[in-house]
Amino acid sequence: MTPARSALARSDEDESPTPAAATRRLTGAQVALESLLLEGVDTIFGYPGGANLWLYRYLPEYPELRHVLVRHEQGGAHAADGYARSRRGSVGVVFATSGPGALNLVTGLATAYMDSVPVVAITGQVPSTAIGTDSFQESDVIGSTMSVVKHSYLITRVEDVAPTIREAFHVARTGRPGPVLIDFPKDLQAALTDFAADTTPVRLRSYPAPPAPDGAKLRRIADLIRQAQRPVILAGRGVIISHAEEELIALAHRASIPVGWTLLGTGAFPLRDPLALQMVGFMGAGYTNKAVCNADLLVMIGMRCDDRVTTRLDSFAPAVEHLVHIDIDPAEIGKNVVPHVSLVSDAKAALRGLLPLVEPKREHRWLTQIDQWREEHPVRYVNHSGLLQPQDVLREMYARCHDEAIVLADVGQNQIWAALWFDYARPGLFINSGGTGTMGYAFPASMGAKLANPDKTVFCVTGEGGFVMNMQEMATMVENNIDVNVVILNNASLGMVRQFQDDFYGGVRSAVDLRHTPDFVKLGDAFGMRAMSTSRLEDVPRLLDEAMAHRGPVLLNFDIDPEANVYPIVPLGKGMLDFVEAS
Amino acid sequence: MSQTRLLSVLVENRPGVLQRVASMIRRRGFNIDSLSVGPTEDDTISRMTIAVHVGRQQAEQATKQLAKLIDVVTVDDITGLRSVAHELVLVRMHTPPEHRAEVLQLVEIFRGRVVDVAASTSIIEVTGSQEKIDNFIELMRPYGIKELARSGAVALVRGEQARIRLVDFDINGGRQTDDARPAASAETDTTGTV
Repeated sequence: MTPARSALARSDEDESPTPAAATRRLTGAQVALESLLLEGVDTIFGYPGGANLWLYRYLPEYPELRHVLVRHEQGGAHAADGYARSRRGSVGVVFATSGPGALNLVTGLATAYMDSVPVVAITGQVPSTAIGTDSFQESDVIGSTMSVVKHSYLITRVEDVAPTIREAFHVARTGRPGPVLIDFPKDLQAALTDFAADTTPVRLRSYPAPPAPDGAKLRRIADLIRQAQRPVILAGRGVIISHAEEELIALAHRASIPVGWTLLGTGAFPLRDPLALQMVGFMGAGYTNKAVCNADLLVMIGMRCDDRVTTRLDSFAPAVEHLVHIDIDPAEIGKNVVPHVSLVSDAKAALRGLLPLVEPKREHRWLTQIDQWREEHPVRYVNHSGLLQPQDVLREMYARCHDEAIVLADVGQNQIWAALWFDYARPGLFINSGGTGTMGYAFPASMGAKLANPDKTVFCVTGEGGFVMNMQEMATMVENNIDVNVVILNNASLGMVRQFQDDFYGGVRSAVDLRHTPDFVKLGDAFGMRAMSTSRLEDVPRLLDEAMAHRGPVLLNFDIDPEANVYPIVPLGKGMLDFVEAS
Repeated sequence: MSQTRLLSVLVENRPGVLQRVASMIRRRGFNIDSLSVGPTEDDTISRMTIAVHVGRQQAEQATKQLAKLIDVVTVDDITGLRSVAHELVLVRMHTPPEHRAEVLQLVEIFRGRVVDVAASTSIIEVTGSQEKIDNFIELMRPYGIKELARSGAVALVRGEQARIRLVDFDINGGRQTDDARPAASAETDTTGTV
């Protein structure tokens, strides 16, 4: 008995077998596709090649599995990521062939890993007998991806295909979610094995279920909330992953606690709520940073507290008497900031446990103080040039979202603008690559988001730099008529880098000029994608209305003020209260 | 302040586990002083004994990040506990007849043994704590060390009870106890079942 086998062995033989589940003789490829169906998969983003041809040989026999042929594997990984983020509970799936195909997934896997997104990547591998011989399109995919996946598997026996896929989905979607890679040698795709549907829950001794929130700690946190005079909650992506927005709103209102959020927590708490702060940190709102720095109790929920949140570490929440950190991943507790009270728990379970323990209260003085900071330090922009400002476009866009659109942002200035002007009366989905900051993420991810949510409006906010990084997916968008409204905020430069060079690197502009970018209207034409462009404020509403009325993908290019900057911003190396505002 | 922590790690006996552990440790910026891995009484589980050089705050991170790896069953930081942590060294010594008796006397003191003898060299085996092995090597050096191979430490905590009982980890289930560190139970025979 090999160890791998015993560890994967199911308990069927020991327990009374579930009825039905007729055993069939299938190829490994068929078993994989059957297994995907059992996991509830309906969409696969992928790209065929020599080492996954058996999967593609049988794929047409499974019409329930919609295959979207992307034009680059990176686009496939991001699309699977966008699919999973926008339809909570689902797992994004991407196929790639061996060697270059699989290696093209690396950035997408890293993006999903940093932001805790459940994705399963199934990569073809050269035949098991050829592994290690440097055969054509062979690469060590397990080794190459090890640090950017939650877990990975190399299938070594065809009997392991079904249990491996079940385990992979279980690992991807439970606990702190993340990407899982399955490397699937070609000969095992073709080999025959017995298959019977197994839907018993996966249990792994080395991967225990997250603990229920500790009652004593919940009471301690409730007690701290009762005693606090200047409480603040910060919400991260964990709140969104566990679908805990309603619980968060309930807790905030019960004890009158202002709520700020991280970039990835944007959408977890509605901006129009009277208790809403704004994004925190490096490019967060000044009034959020002031609230955090003056709080006597700070409750961080479902967040990593990384350097973009804390700015200079010693400047983070200096007045805090009790720092509470709630996260499902014990390794996040104390990694960057050492809390006084920590709770390892799913955000929703923690908030549900906390709610009945928290006494209703009002903190008029603190809320009045925060209202004053909100007035003193609003998120604002100033138009010095008379040119179209990115915020003009975003405000019009958000006005058309009616609280139920899904907005994806790329990376750079467009990302921060889109986050700061995200304006919803109810929690909503704002999706972006917050951890890795992967330029080129938003456009392919928006394909996934739309396919996962056909009834919702999907906006993709990007820059002309990030868009061209994965613009090949225009072909996929058009082929599948994926109804995404793409908003390019075109400042003819790598704006965030340009702003950093201007402000923090002696004003030397180096390699940031992007005036040599395609004419996006002609580019749209070339791909068969509806495209419009303007540089005038008065055209913005019309273009957005036309895009929304059009049933299919639309590219909107807005030539904005090339000198527009992100504010507020904390200069590099400075502290949370040293934020610079628009002036 | 940095220090060496001794971690006793039980992992699934699967291909690639060593790479996962080593890769995580490297990525997080910890330094491995030594690492030894081998089978346990359960053939589905291997034990890694890792001496890792970390800053004070990193010690907890190293443990937590290790525990997070899917193939890692338990991580036990046994630094500072009463434990037996032994290394093994094989030394090929220059042992011409005129020095042989002297060298063998020292070997005797260290409770080492000669495992191979040739005309002018011998291979000597010594096991023990890192300090003991260090001392032995220093004493041997003047006599002429021809070649040396040394293992990392393997360790078990002293006392009556198995510190982590594999029976508490159902092969198909999660851990039976909350913190994977069952305190001494009423049962006397833990060795029989693990």
